[in-house]
Amino acid sequence: MNDTLAGLLQVAALLVLLAACYAPLGDYMAKVFTTERHWRVETLLYRVARVDPSSGQRWPVYAAGVLGFSFVSIVLLYLLQRLQPVLPASFDRGSVGPATAFNTAISFVTNTNWQSYVPEQTLGNTVQMAGLTVQNVLSAAVGIAVAVALIRGIVASNTDRIGNFWVDLTRAVVRIMLPFAFVAAVLLLVMGVTMSLRSGVDVGGTTFPLAPTASQEAVKQLGTNGGGIFNANSAHPFENPTALSNLFEIFLLLVVPVSLTRTFGTMVGNRRQGSVLLTVMAGLWAIMLTVAWLAETHPNGAAGIAAGAMEGKETRFGVPSSILFGVSTTGTSTGAVNSLHDSYSGGAGGVTLLNMLLGEVAPGGVGAGLYGLLVLAIIAVFLAGLMVGRTPEYLGKKLGRREVTAAAVSILVMPAVVLVGAGLAIALPGTLDALNNDGAHGFSEVLYAYASAANNNGSAFAGITVTSDFFQSTLGIAMLLGRFVPILAILALAGSLAQQRRTEAGAGTLATDKPLFGVLVAGTVVLVAALTFFPALALGPIAEALA
Amino acid sequence: MLTTLRRQAGTGLAVLIVFTVLCGVVYPLVVWGVSRLPGLSATAEGQGSVPVVAVDPVAADPAADPYFHTRPSVASLPASGGSNKAQDSTDLLATLDERRAAIAQREGVAPAAVPADAVAASASGLDPDIGPDYAALQTARVARVTGLPVGRVEQLVADATDGRILGFLGEPAVNVPELNAAIAAAASSR
Repeated sequence: MNDTLAGLLQVAALLVLLAACYAPLGDYMAKVFTTERHWRVETLLYRVARVDPSSGQRWPVYAAGVLGFSFVSIVLLYLLQRLQPVLPASFDRGSVGPATAFNTAISFVTNTNWQSYVPEQTLGNTVQMAGLTVQNVLSAAVGIAVAVALIRGIVASNTDRIGNFWVDLTRAVVRIMLPFAFVAAVLLLVMGVTMSLRSGVDVGGTTFPLAPTASQEAVKQLGTNGGGIFNANSAHPFENPTALSNLFEIFLLLVVPVSLTRTFGTMVGNRRQGSVLLTVMAGLWAIMLTVAWLAETHPNGAAGIAAGAMEGKETRFGVPSSILFGVSTTGTSTGAVNSLHDSYSGGAGGVTLLNMLLGEVAPGGVGAGLYGLLVLAIIAVFLAGLMVGRTPEYLGKKLGRREVTAAAVSILVMPAVVLVGAGLAIALPGTLDALNNDGAHGFSEVLYAYASAANNNGSAFAGITVTSDFFQSTLGIAMLLGRFVPILAILALAGSLAQQRRTEAGAGTLATDKPLFGVLVAGTVVLVAALTFFPALALGPIAEALA
Repeated sequence: MLTTLRRQAGTGLAVLIVFTVLCGVVYPLVVWGVSRLPGLSATAEGQGSVPVVAVDPVAADPAADPYFHTRPSVASLPASGGSNKAQDSTDLLATLDERRAAIAQREGVAPAAVPADAVAASASGLDPDIGPDYAALQTARVARVTGLPVGRVEQLVADATDGRILGFLGEPAVNVPELNAAIAAAASSR
């Protein structure tokens, strides 16, 4: 079969799988967050933690829950790494240094999963399982909870309550992440992914590290986390042994963010509202995939041509399966990789970078993609309102000063962090030594690092050496700001929307369940990114692609 | 506000401890339990997808080697990893040229005949596969050194070749560890 046709069939297979899950999973998630019934295990947890599951929270309390929970999570994960020598099954891998432990704790709690260490030589089983696997589940659940709180704010009328964070978190873990991750882990085992409690396997006199891979791999993809149990991430034969496991891993990282648009549509009582957002996500993803695929099959650098673009790619995946993974992992906030983005052509590498700089909405992280796109939809409604001189409304809620301010804060923090961070790093003399490549591509490595951190993606132009205290700390701070400032703004937005009475749509109300609105939202996404990042992109990937 | 934050963090700690047990101990151990099932345990322990230590084609002894070579690896083995070199990198171009010359000399062919995947380092540094073209390039040398007939080696290569899964997933690939084991067995039984 011809390569292009095989690649297209693979994309088609992926879309069929996603389409099959879209309605059932989306509606199931809507039910999870609207039902009054508690499961017995949940009731038990509420009793232990002294949570009253029937009481709704005002937005500042909900936000305090998110921040407090994330704070204790960071502290525990930091301590686990520092105390590794006394933990069981650590295989003498020693205490993780303070800068790396700080960066890694933030990285996994913020759903970034940026890694500045070689996991198979740095971490033992206890930190992997009780530390990283746990945060792979929980950080995803937090993302879902915040998205659900925003939907509730839109749906609610005349109340100051947006739900209960502990209930949303618990349900996201117990009813969504854990059961689906378990099924996915078993399927990955069947596809040949490793799962071992031993330190390594001997092959011809060399001991290759093993790890409890399948359980973490499943949730790493499903929760759009992306932190590899091995340095090579999903390029490692132990994490991603075949083209089938590869397709399944791509499916896993897309399925929840995509289906959440259905959850949204179902919860607001108009599924076409969700379909419009889905169309925007899918359209952007398809354009990115096309551009990256064309660029990678027509490399323009001399080394790229000489290597047939196979430097940094696995034989079993080739170009099409690598690009499909790369575009999907950067369009979501996953950041897992099955090939080295640093070795992509200027065009394809630029697409992975741009995918993050769009704010990760094609289709975005678990929860984070939906709330990110909803904020952009609100900006789009606001822009449309400005054009016709009417007070903008979205789903029966007026968008006044408070709402638009919250949306603007949520959108602007990421570009600010990326541009200030990258600018600062470039201005420092030591940065040049940290780069693995010269010229425009070297600049892209720095820009990519801050884009990845601030968007909580976690993939890298991994040639850059980020173990200096400067990078460890600034990237850690970028991850914190990129995660929690938008979350605070979004919860404030949810609280402010919930207080309003729902108004009926009038003759002049912009129809937000029509394709035209999809075009407007997609235009807003591209416009915001283009206005903020064009100069930076011109210095990096665009310069490289045109050279 | 600070009181609220402190109280919520306290609740968070209790919730975190419960979830650490549930997601960090129970969940992975249940998956591990499933991986003990016959049919899954060998691959779970890394026996099914055994990575192979790649030999640097530039440093390798070309004349006496009776086996198929994998793609180059730049990983700090046994840890995994790749070069992260850009496609416009002059360093990478020089390395590729050097590898191409060494492989061409080893196989006794013109440098232009060496396929791209033979000179490009994989992402994991542990890629067990090579493309069918690179296997075909090495067949004559393996047959000569082992004394096996070329047709026999070609047959073993075909046996170790996997096409695209379901006809469209991934790329056709020759599994080198599997192939070399078959070559060794065939050579010793002559």
